[in-house]
Amino acid sequence: MKQLGIQALLIIGTLAISWRLLAGSGQRTQALRRIGLLVLAGFAIWSILDPGIWNRIATRVGIGRGADLILYGLVLAFFGFVVTTFRRFRQMEVRYTRLARRIALDEAPRVSDLFPSAAHAPAPDSKGTDAD
Amino acid sequence: MQANDVWLVVPLYNEAKVIGDVVRTARTRFPKIVCVDDGSTDQSAGRADEAGAVVVRHPVNLGQGAALQTGLAYALTDPDMRYCVTYDADGQHQLADVEAMLARIRQGDVRVVFGSRFLDDRTDASLLKRLILRVAVAYTNLTTGTRLTDAHNGLRVLERSVVERLDITQNRMAHASEIVAQIGAMRFDGKQVAYAEAPVHILYTDYSKAKGQSLWNAVNILAELIWR
Repeated sequence: MKQLGIQALLIIGTLAISWRLLAGSGQRTQALRRIGLLVLAGFAIWSILDPGIWNRIATRVGIGRGADLILYGLVLAFFGFVVTTFRRFRQMEVRYTRLARRIALDEAPRVSDLFPSAAHAPAPDSKGTDAD
Repeated sequence: MQANDVWLVVPLYNEAKVIGDVVRTARTRFPKIVCVDDGSTDQSAGRADEAGAVVVRHPVNLGQGAALQTGLAYALTDPDMRYCVTYDADGQHQLADVEAMLARIRQGDVRVVFGSRFLDDRTDASLLKRLILRVAVAYTNLTTGTRLTDAHNGLRVLERSVVERLDITQNRMAHASEIVAQIGAMRFDGKQVAYAEAPVHILYTDYSKAKGQSLWNAVNILAELIWR
């Protein structure tokens, strides 16, 4: 029954990461990501100094091998990475689209030149789009 | 001119073969047509221009949703514009349907008219296509609080007040559901936007079939909607 604990933990971890990273506001998410990175670095140094540590933690939570525990951790970290990258690309795409749209509209012929409305001078028949 | 307050907004991407005829035909009834060339690699932009459309050129390819939004933004620069019609470049829409939809919106009780392929049986779609579209519309209705029979139809008539508030950010195919979602969420004086559906007839020519949405694209639409 020891596995139940670690399973619950990993599932909650997965959900927390995806929720936190999906719904998180910029600053807080970034701070959390940095703290996570620091913790990871700390663990890395610790396990270099004491290679048996992962095995001991793993046995305690009921997994058996330290390598498996590291694998689970990696899967979680990778998943988090995928989600944040997706979000960042999405935001970038929105910004980039706005910029491209601005350029497109600035270079487009003006409506008032093509279709002078009734208020303006009488309309010419041809629309004359000479953008160059 | 009676159609002077209408803009046809046509997202255009590599349709050089047909766009000239589509624009020329549409120009017989609607003088104001904007084609948003979405970075086509063929002669699309030139053909549209020759045929008499205003061409707005995206500097790079952005996607159909982005092109629609650009076209709507352009139409908004015309103070005479009262209605925008979103219209496909591949010639599968019928001008008679557009006029019927405009007549509907001019009655004044709705701000949006969506075209639907499933209100009558003129449109001849394959069984698989019907199924995919049904699933898509069920999902859209479920998530947007609207009641439509066809959410992925390119033919729509939007009133200016709706166009002003619309902000399509889904650059690729999911923009159709996004438009419905935004319209479903819009409130004018605390009330939901009144909309109607009108039957439209889509001509599935060999040309449009070859370019049409595949089953794989349905998966992409769903993924883009979930991961927005």
